[in-house]
Amino acid sequence: MLTDKKKIILTLLALVALFGVATFIQTEMDSYIRRIVNLCLIYAIIGLSMNLTNGFAGQFSLGQAGFMAIGAYAVGIFTVPVDLRPMVFYATPMNPAISHIYLSMPQALLLGGLVAALVAGLIGAPVLRLRGDYLAIATLGFSEIIRILITNASSITNGALGIKGIPALNDVRYIFVATAITYVVVALLINSSYGRAFKAIREDEIAAEAMGIDLFYHKNLAFMVSAFFAGVGGGLYGALLGTVDPKNFLFTLTYNFLLIIVLGGMGSITGSMLGAVVVTGGLEYLRMFDEPMEIMGVAIPLFRPGLRMVVFSLLLMACVLFWRHGIMGTREFTWEKFFSFLRHPLAFLRKKEVGK
Amino acid sequence: MELFSALANMTGASLAQHLVNGISLGSLYAMIAIGYTMVYGILLMINFAHGDIVMMACYFAFFGITVFHIPWYLTFIGTIVATALLGVVIERTAYRPLRDAPKNSVLISAIGASFLLENLANYLFSGRPMRFPDIPLLSSNISVAGVQIQAICLFIPVIMILCLFVLLHIVNHTKTGMAMRAVSKDYEIARVMGINIDNIISITFAIGSALAAVGAIMWGIRYPGITPYLGVMPGLKCFIAAVIGGIGDIKGAVLGGFILGMGEILIVAFFPMLSGYRDAFAFILLILILFFKPTGLLGEKTTEKV
Amino acid sequence: MSLLRTENVMMQFGGVLAVNNLNLEVNEHEIVALIGPNGAGKTTAFNMITGVYTPTQGKVLYMDASGKERDLTGKKPSTIAKLGVARTFQNIRLFSDLTVYENVLIAKHLHLKSNFLSATFRLPWYRKEEAAMRESVEALLKEVDLWDLRNEKASSLPYGQQRHLEIIRALATSPRLLLLDEPAAGMNPKETDELTDFIRHIRDQFGLTIFMIEHHMDLVMEISDRIYVLDFGMTIAQGDPESIQNNQRVITAYLGED
Repeated sequence: MLTDKKKIILTLLALVALFGVATFIQTEMDSYIRRIVNLCLIYAIIGLSMNLTNGFAGQFSLGQAGFMAIGAYAVGIFTVPVDLRPMVFYATPMNPAISHIYLSMPQALLLGGLVAALVAGLIGAPVLRLRGDYLAIATLGFSEIIRILITNASSITNGALGIKGIPALNDVRYIFVATAITYVVVALLINSSYGRAFKAIREDEIAAEAMGIDLFYHKNLAFMVSAFFAGVGGGLYGALLGTVDPKNFLFTLTYNFLLIIVLGGMGSITGSMLGAVVVTGGLEYLRMFDEPMEIMGVAIPLFRPGLRMVVFSLLLMACVLFWRHGIMGTREFTWEKFFSFLRHPLAFLRKKEVGK
Repeated sequence: MELFSALANMTGASLAQHLVNGISLGSLYAMIAIGYTMVYGILLMINFAHGDIVMMACYFAFFGITVFHIPWYLTFIGTIVATALLGVVIERTAYRPLRDAPKNSVLISAIGASFLLENLANYLFSGRPMRFPDIPLLSSNISVAGVQIQAICLFIPVIMILCLFVLLHIVNHTKTGMAMRAVSKDYEIARVMGINIDNIISITFAIGSALAAVGAIMWGIRYPGITPYLGVMPGLKCFIAAVIGGIGDIKGAVLGGFILGMGEILIVAFFPMLSGYRDAFAFILLILILFFKPTGLLGEKTTEKV
Repeated sequence: MSLLRTENVMMQFGGVLAVNNLNLEVNEHEIVALIGPNGAGKTTAFNMITGVYTPTQGKVLYMDASGKERDLTGKKPSTIAKLGVARTFQNIRLFSDLTVYENVLIAKHLHLKSNFLSATFRLPWYRKEEAAMRESVEALLKEVDLWDLRNEKASSLPYGQQRHLEIIRALATSPRLLLLDEPAAGMNPKETDELTDFIRHIRDQFGLTIFMIEHHMDLVMEISDRIYVLDFGMTIAQGDPESIQNNQRVITAYLGED
């Protein structure tokens, strides 16, 4: 039996080791690989945030793209150097009230997260009383409203032109740290009494309420924390792209994270991490479907732009039709399971037979 | 200030123009909203793919006329049949296997189906906008009492009301319609009563999709630019229209469609500075209705059983 | 003084009057039963007391721990639970995917004082509260012989055990008033006997007041101090078990008129 202390030490060691890997990727790998790894880490942050509401609190929200947009614009608006701004805002000058405010990247990320959480808090009051599909469509609607507001507020957001010239952030270590923090905070929250209350709401709202769990408070809490991390993730996303544009945050962006949490397992944070790796890696790998392909000198006519997203949507459907619980279901990676696997690598096969 | 100038500039003719626009858009929304409300009434799910079925119908008509040179009236009939089939196929492959699964899984599958149709259309027909063919008489502009309008605008509300009457007749006065109402009232009891639920669901999807096809054809004539994503926004808005009217209620869907279509056109007409926010209007309306009357304008109050 | 009182409570669903002019009174440390034919409005009465429904008319009054009378009408279920009213459900509502241990531990959440930040960052005062919660859950589970099953999924327990666990979960909220909705439903005679003893036992040990809906007349007659009989939303009789057994209106309501 492992004591809690040992488990914490093991987790910290694992994080340090992973940071080593991140450093290695940053210093030794080419920019293409770095970009994919970064995207993967950012997607993991947003996948985790989405899993908090959808997987743990059981509230099917599709607003992630909107919260990401808020975070991304916080970075876009405040981290572009002041002297470059007139060039970026060439069509509509930037509002003088903010045109001289400059924030460092961490400050802007934090601001984006907080504003996203605040907006979630305001939206939450009317929206979180809804169930299932209604909640999905209402959050999706808000995500679009946020985008429409951003498109129209030209003096702050540069409207449809988007903001270019965001100082590039392509440092794997930096984004790794952000992902690690998100992971640890979400894990701690999930395993606290509040996290248990989320799960109770997911399992049965009426029983949870009868046990003294205030539905509104807890749903809103999950929603706001989720929006916070989606905002931070969106900020990193904007910084990675180096440019933000309302078109980047269409609600279809949210579908990426939906696939991540479905594939990884709704209600499993280690599942979300795995899902992020598989989906981001997979989407990159699928790029070859968009390129003309020749097998033994014969051009296969199927391969042309657009096929990748067809395969992507087929995967999403196949996943929910045939593999509803995803990789992890609601289970988690634990050190106990890890060590028992190391000791008896094939034990899980035997166990299945006994179970049947 | 802008508001006053907008009002001052509005002449009788331009007001009539806006009303015609509002009525045709409202009728189109209503046609599509009926499909949402019927499916929701029976399966308690949002058929996310419904808007994309509209899109596919536009492409069917486009290919029939422009590429295969089939006479437009035959193409329209073929489009309606093909779209109804498409609806049934989607139900069988994406929704039926999940009949006993948690509701969220069905929702995800519906989102997947919608996304698949969009991407498939993008892949097969390319993302470039195509022009819906001009239909003799219907596409041309005519002048009625000094107001220039597209001829189709006169037909849209008439066809919509015709469809509505036929549909209400089917639902209220035929055996199939009775079975549909039974299934939407109580799924389990209907099953016990020996109603073939799967058939009824298929018929519901076929009817809903056929209406969507009629709507799509008129949509194409009215707004001729067709792209793989043309169904997304109308789809969301028509679901909202169904919610506003009271989901599950066919007349409610029509009412909701009209409110939404009229509202959008008139808001932009009276407040031109808000035109950038046109797409937000539906969502704001949705939030308001859910907050103040979650059962919709014509919906009945239901209490969840504990 | 009574712990729970309803004053002319009425519940209307559309045109249906589910409960009409209900006047109940439950005193401290009593075991009171609410009986009546199916559809008489018993569960609706429970739902109004626990805040699931807001009565169309009338008031639900409850004496809180400090002896002050509180109006529960229209309060949120969670608020009512925090005031010390716990319940079980007719059609068991456990957190089925969670373990027995988690089910009971969740019931401790309502007394948590630390906010979510202290909880997330495991600040000392939260750690103390968490340890106390776990300790008391352990004690409770050991006492009712569920400790060995603590890591089982709630849904994997046999039916009788699930009913049992639902009562334990309600107990874990440290209630003063416990509402049981058909606790013996689906139980065999032996299990029903055990349940009878168990209900008495928890009443005495935790100083509870128990108000229950039940169809097993043996159980009701043996355990109740007083009984209310409901038919078509109205109280048709009340009194001790013996007087109810001999009440003509009750017999007619149950057996139908000849």
